Amino acid sequence: MKAAKKATPADLKKERFDVDAVRRDFPILNREVHGKPLVYFDNGATSQKPQTVIDALSRYYSEENANIHRGVHFLSETATATYEHARQKVQAFINAAHKEEIVFVRGTTEGINLVAQSYGREFLKAGDEIIISAMEHHSNIVPWQMLCEQTGARLRVIPINHDGELVLDEFHRLLNEKTKFVSVTHVSNALGSVVPVHEIVAAAHARQIPVMLDGAQAVPHLKVDVQALDCDFYAFSGHKMFGPTGVGVLYGRRELLDKMPPYQGGGDMISLVTFEKTHYNVLPYKFEAGTPNIAGGIGLGAAIDYLIRLPWDQVIAHEEALLAYATEKLSTIEGLRILGRAKEKAGVLSFVFDQIHAHDVGTILDQNGVAVRAGHHCAMPVMQRFGVPATTRASFALYNRMEEVDVLASAIQKAIEVFG
Amino acid sequence: MSELDDLYQEVILDHNKSPRNFRVMEEANRKADGFNPLCGDHVTVYVRLRDGLIEDLSFQGSGCAISKASASLMTAELKGKKEAEAGELFEKVHKMLTGDGADRGESLGKLAVLSGVCKFPARVKCASLAWDTLNSALNSDGEIATTER
Repeated sequence: MKAAKKATPADLKKERFDVDAVRRDFPILNREVHGKPLVYFDNGATSQKPQTVIDALSRYYSEENANIHRGVHFLSETATATYEHARQKVQAFINAAHKEEIVFVRGTTEGINLVAQSYGREFLKAGDEIIISAMEHHSNIVPWQMLCEQTGARLRVIPINHDGELVLDEFHRLLNEKTKFVSVTHVSNALGSVVPVHEIVAAAHARQIPVMLDGAQAVPHLKVDVQALDCDFYAFSGHKMFGPTGVGVLYGRRELLDKMPPYQGGGDMISLVTFEKTHYNVLPYKFEAGTPNIAGGIGLGAAIDYLIRLPWDQVIAHEEALLAYATEKLSTIEGLRILGRAKEKAGVLSFVFDQIHAHDVGTILDQNGVAVRAGHHCAMPVMQRFGVPATTRASFALYNRMEEVDVLASAIQKAIEVFG
Repeated sequence: MSELDDLYQEVILDHNKSPRNFRVMEEANRKADGFNPLCGDHVTVYVRLRDGLIEDLSFQGSGCAISKASASLMTAELKGKKEAEAGELFEKVHKMLTGDGADRGESLGKLAVLSGVCKFPARVKCASLAWDTLNSALNSDGEIATTER
């Protein structure tokens, strides 16, 4: 018998992630659906919330509720401090250089719309070109189309190959002197592909073109460092990263945010208002008109507190193992075709049957307690690219277990039995 | 699993597999497209209408078993019927699908197989898409039918 080797620090890091401990933090995971234990594989749509986030919301409303940035009373000062502290947590979480680069918004969608309307309308004109990819969520397509209608700019699209990877040669070909903006997803919501954003940012920056990244699906799965990514804008949603709905973040490089006009007008975004002229507030408040989602911001701060305590090397290894296991397991099911075979993927397994529609699969899975998304995932161009009307998407989070993948696989078998 | 069996009855599975009147109709004089923006399903309904009579009725498109079977059953049921009858049936089917009222399809003959849908709120729109589309085709305002109303 070999003597047991003493574990090195590196070995300890590789230690198996304690999923059961994490699951205990998410009360909803204990519930049943249609008499079966819930298997929640719809994390790409929204993630579940840990008790600490639920408690933060409850505590704010039951003990601290007041408006921020305007009261001289105790509660308002407390709420302001907690809310602004949440902004600092976000800054640290994505490693932004400055606190004022963190703009609270409703979610990724609003973050992208803000940049399109504020930066885009100020700096783009007829004949300019905006590059997006064929893998975008509608929220990273439509705001740019609207901008094109308003300015006469033109949308150019990086194609994807059959594995669901961006064709980077085409991206380099699309870049030209008319290109004035690039906005691509970091991780595809429909296919799970991780986009090689470093290469995209480097090529765009070589031509002084700003780059926005849609990080909605990346933040729950990867360590995001906006300075390492070197992007100019980065948007993500609180509710997909274990925080509340209705709050999200737009990160913007300070030099750019400074040059941009406000997105909406109202209270909090001004420093002086007269009928002759209004002076806008400093960053980030210039972009935060009206009373914000205070509870949401505080809840997002609690979600970050929760996330940064987790052993991320283990989390990432666990999620990779989960995706690899699910891919292997589902690949053996006859008639099932996985869409999106990118070399680098995160969190998403999208699949179709030629003979069974995604909706029917979704209903049968639901009857077995398995929650997935069936549809076009707000990425209709991706569906068109693959010639399917819809896919069934299982999307994972750090609290999912291997055993749940087995439940998914046997529920899929039941769908095959019904439609066999 | 009885609710599920109720949803996917044999007749539904059969109409899904071999949909009736599943073709483009060149000589149609009424036509409408229907989309379900939630899932991307779409259907085109073709009608040949003469003197208030539905002489021919067909559909094309892609969708789930429920939407396909519902469209197929609809064409089989209404071919040769009067336009006014289609309108009446449209109302009854809607009520059955949404579980509104006592009629669980007793007066609807073959269409009663769609009654299981009312237990699955997320699927009601799948079943009603073809009917809404036929309604727009008959009213022929050229408007695209959508399930979002």
